[in-house]
Amino acid sequence: MLIDTVLFYIFALLVLGGGLLTITRRNAVHSAISLIVSLLGVAGLYLLQQAEFLFAVQIVLYVGGIMVLFLFVIMLVNLDEAAKERQFNRQWLVALVAVAAVGAQLSWFIYKGKDAFHFAENAAVALPEAVGNTEQVADSLFREYLLPFEIASVLLLVAVVGSVVMAKKRI
Amino acid sequence: MHPIGTVHYLALSTALLLIGTVGVLTRRNIVIILMSIELILNAVNINLIVFSHALHSVSGQVFAIFVITDAVAEAAVGLGILIALFRNKETVLADEIDLLKW
Repeated sequence: MLIDTVLFYIFALLVLGGGLLTITRRNAVHSAISLIVSLLGVAGLYLLQQAEFLFAVQIVLYVGGIMVLFLFVIMLVNLDEAAKERQFNRQWLVALVAVAAVGAQLSWFIYKGKDAFHFAENAAVALPEAVGNTEQVADSLFREYLLPFEIASVLLLVAVVGSVVMAKKRI
Repeated sequence: MHPIGTVHYLALSTALLLIGTVGVLTRRNIVIILMSIELILNAVNINLIVFSHALHSVSGQVFAIFVITDAVAEAAVGLGILIALFRNKETVLADEIDLLKW
């Protein structure tokens, strides 16, 4: 139990520290690397929550796929001039006030509902232990959520075609 | 020390969501705005995974997969738009793209 607590706080530190560095760095490459740290922390949290398949997906897809895409675009687009300019826009004060209001609402909700979130520890029914996490996810994905799965594949096809069309010089 | 419960994870994902929102609303660089959107989507995913664990149901993890699919599609299309934009306007600052502003 203690090791869980320590690991949670380590991963939480990685997630929040990486997130804060992501939105404050001037250099976009530094932001991307901080974002990788943050995403790895999220992957660790998935592991703590016994979502092993999502842990692998997070590392392979996010850190290995999306972040490489980001770094490629940072290389393609010349960001040197942007790094010399102002980094925050003029509405930052309004934005901070709005976000603080949303944060106060969410914190109040979590604080009030604190007792409602304790069903995890004393729930009696457990998932069948003999079946692995990947198998459970696959069962659910291909039985209950087959139509959304197919629609997601169409979405990916549209995204592929769309990004090729966007990045082409002349169509 | 308190055992880590669902509420700790929810507080963490709230903080991550707010960090991402601040990034989207205040930064000028479009690449970093897109990265902040990834932070927001990850906050949502933490929520889904935590409730999936708490309710002993695997549906939350399936929905997290759909959210990741969306994030991939969004990142690919967004970065494609960014490249097209940079080719035409030579800028990556969001508030300099103001053709539709009066």
